[in-house]
Amino acid sequence: MAKYLLLKHYRGAPASVNDVPMDQWAPEEVTAHIRYMEDFAARLEATGEFVDKQALSPQGAFVRSDGEGRPPVTDGPFAETKDLIAGWMVIDVESYERALELAAELSAAPGAGGRPVQEWLEVRPFLTMAPAATG
Amino acid sequence: MNEALLRGLVPAVIGVLVRRGADFASAEDAVQEALIRALEHWPDDPPRDPKGWLVAAAWRKFLDAARAESSRRGRELAVQDEPPAGPVPGTDDSLWLYFLCAHPSLPPGSAVALTLRAVGGLTTRQIATAYLVPEATMAQRISRAKRRIAGQPLDRPGDLPTVLRVLYLVFNEGYSGDVDLEAEAIRLTRQLAAATGEPEVAGLLALMLLHHSRRASRRGPDGRLVPLAEQDRSRWDTRLIAEGVTILQAALARDRLGEYQAQAAVAALHADAPSTAETDWVQIVEWYDELLGLTGSPVVRLNRAVAVGEADGPQAGLAELSEVDPALPRYTAVRAYLLERAGDLEQAADLYAEASRAATSVPERDHLTREAARVRQSLPR
Repeated sequence: MAKYLLLKHYRGAPASVNDVPMDQWAPEEVTAHIRYMEDFAARLEATGEFVDKQALSPQGAFVRSDGEGRPPVTDGPFAETKDLIAGWMVIDVESYERALELAAELSAAPGAGGRPVQEWLEVRPFLTMAPAATG
Repeated sequence: MNEALLRGLVPAVIGVLVRRGADFASAEDAVQEALIRALEHWPDDPPRDPKGWLVAAAWRKFLDAARAESSRRGRELAVQDEPPAGPVPGTDDSLWLYFLCAHPSLPPGSAVALTLRAVGGLTTRQIATAYLVPEATMAQRISRAKRRIAGQPLDRPGDLPTVLRVLYLVFNEGYSGDVDLEAEAIRLTRQLAAATGEPEVAGLLALMLLHHSRRASRRGPDGRLVPLAEQDRSRWDTRLIAEGVTILQAALARDRLGEYQAQAAVAALHADAPSTAETDWVQIVEWYDELLGLTGSPVVRLNRAVAVGEADGPQAGLAELSEVDPALPRYTAVRAYLLERAGDLEQAADLYAEASRAATSVPERDHLTREAARVRQSLPR
């Protein structure tokens, strides 16, 4: 098994096929989209491939140390051009192909007009913490 | 014996160990270990005297730990091996525990965790699951909290407002994992109300019962948030409402108003109304005036603006809102709501969308996105 991170972006990813901001959908389309996401996660739990999911607020800032004894320096809110992560799902699957298949399924969540959003998701393999014992 | 009854014994058992000479931190650890054993063994082999069993098991755990510690340090064991003769006091050991676990020197998150374990009798694992952190993290949070309050005198009353704040925080955490924190907060507040007789404790209990009564209608079948105005009021729990109102009336009659009683009064007026339109908003505004006088809280000012909007119309509400700090959470959502009612749909839709981006929870974000979509759809194209 191998773990993959599926990353969803508020912005910064290439434009999706059905590219309409969510607050311009019909309310029932918003509901259908949320339902699809929940059903997807439930299905992965049932197949034993779900690990974790989290949603992130678009709020936040960059922060760095300004040296000992000084308060942290922040740079925020984020610029309009910044790549902004909306949330993630971690899956544990048999193969890279399976990870792609699941990401594509998630990307096909219904959007404006009931048509699939077909948004771009980032798929990133985890580095494991230990080398294979038989390696 | 069910788990809630077992958990109800925990404060008394900690009390027994402390009176036998154990320090609070070790006593609490020992009782937690005994509790975990009880949860494992009692379903198959329930004891005849549950409290006696727990005291005996916890005392053994405590002695084992104390012996290991004293031999490690090469010191004499300071407590008696044999417990003193005489009756084990049965009643209220819980009161001093509330004050100790919600000690003002503790950060709120630690006070919540310690209260749930020592007063609520929850296991570290249950608390960790409820707050979505690893068990080891929660265990550390609790033991750091215990180190911080070590040496505090156990025999004098502490800071009641801090205790109430902690219980309120537990209640607001709602339901996650296998522990119903709303119900747990009610159980602990009920116990505290019985032990103190303070009107504000009764006020908090009434507030919790009145909010809890709406639980079945607060979420739709798909988990979505249903605002008060749209809730199916026939699903409100009338038994909880009646109990909350009775407790509140008795508290108010004692003429020592506080913020929880005033909040409960607002909740009671909602509980009493068949619909939003038939709600006594004028009286609700008056209660918010009382609350503002008691707390001066900007959040109260924000809620008051909503009530004024219902009582005197959206323009009056917007005028009140202009006195409120726009940086407050929910300010934008409230402004969107009032503007929608005033007929400025375009700006309302924009503000709902803006509010959804500032939401702090997924259900709230989804709700506000849907509101934006709903208002936007009603715009002439």
